[in-house]
Amino acid sequence: MKKKTFIIFIITFFIFCFFIFFIGLNKTDDYIPNKTLGKKIKTFEAVKLLDNQKIISDQIFFNNQIYLFNIWASWCLPCRNEHKILMELSKNPLINIVGINYKDDLENANKFLDTMGNPYSLILKDEDGIVSIELGAYGVPETFVINKDKIILKKFIGPLNMESIKEIELLIK
Amino acid sequence: MKYYKIILSVIIFSFFSQIIQAQDKNNSLVNKISKNIRCLICQGQSVYDSQSDFATSMKLLINKKINEGYNENAIYEYLISQYGEWIVYEPKFNKNTFFLWLLPILVFLIGGWLVFNKTKFFKL
Repeated sequence: MKKKTFIIFIITFFIFCFFIFFIGLNKTDDYIPNKTLGKKIKTFEAVKLLDNQKIISDQIFFNNQIYLFNIWASWCLPCRNEHKILMELSKNPLINIVGINYKDDLENANKFLDTMGNPYSLILKDEDGIVSIELGAYGVPETFVINKDKIILKKFIGPLNMESIKEIELLIK
Repeated sequence: MKYYKIILSVIIFSFFSQIIQAQDKNNSLVNKISKNIRCLICQGQSVYDSQSDFATSMKLLINKKINEGYNENAIYEYLISQYGEWIVYEPKFNKNTFFLWLLPILVFLIGGWLVFNKTKFFKL
């Protein structure tokens, strides 16, 4: 009798474990909780890359466009691949691309923009990475799609690709 | 004149020691908080342990927030609002985590019950 209850206990325990793993391991986004999606970005202060002028994030959002906050660096290889896509997106008048230059050297950043083109309407300097952390970013490259009400519509962790262009265009519509 | 010099040096000394003390206090708080914050891009490391770009920036941000007058809990709240519950090592008690918190107590009670039953069995 005792043996029987023990076996039933073991079996239910394994079934329980199986379901926990079955549900848990099927979730792919476990480690990237998108807490900031649909939320307003917090106001932050930054310095412009080219003329070192201070700017408050609220000043950036002034017209009825979709704002892409793109975190990039000249030393980041995936950013180079992504750059063509940003150039493509910058042709769209409904999109305003704001660059955040992450832990970079001014000279290298300028060289990068000279050779690859400049899709950004404004570039902010992020010397110590604090601006990116305040935005809720993980690293480079990363792109936030934000509307004029400062609400984060979408977040792309890693480089943009052709699919992300379609997604961004869908968001604009 | 001699007294002046002594008084002056004491004042200067106390002034600097106060600055250093304040800095120390800040640093130890940054260390304490960063030990409780998970480095999201590293595997199994806290922000305190990691040397990654993310972790170094995070430490600077924590220091900045302390200087802005945030206390320890406010900083955790801020980071949770940005990165989600996963960033802190100690999850809060809510409907998603109640099982996690109650399981050890449950196991303890069941174990106690088993032992109690066993001893009663032996006594009989």
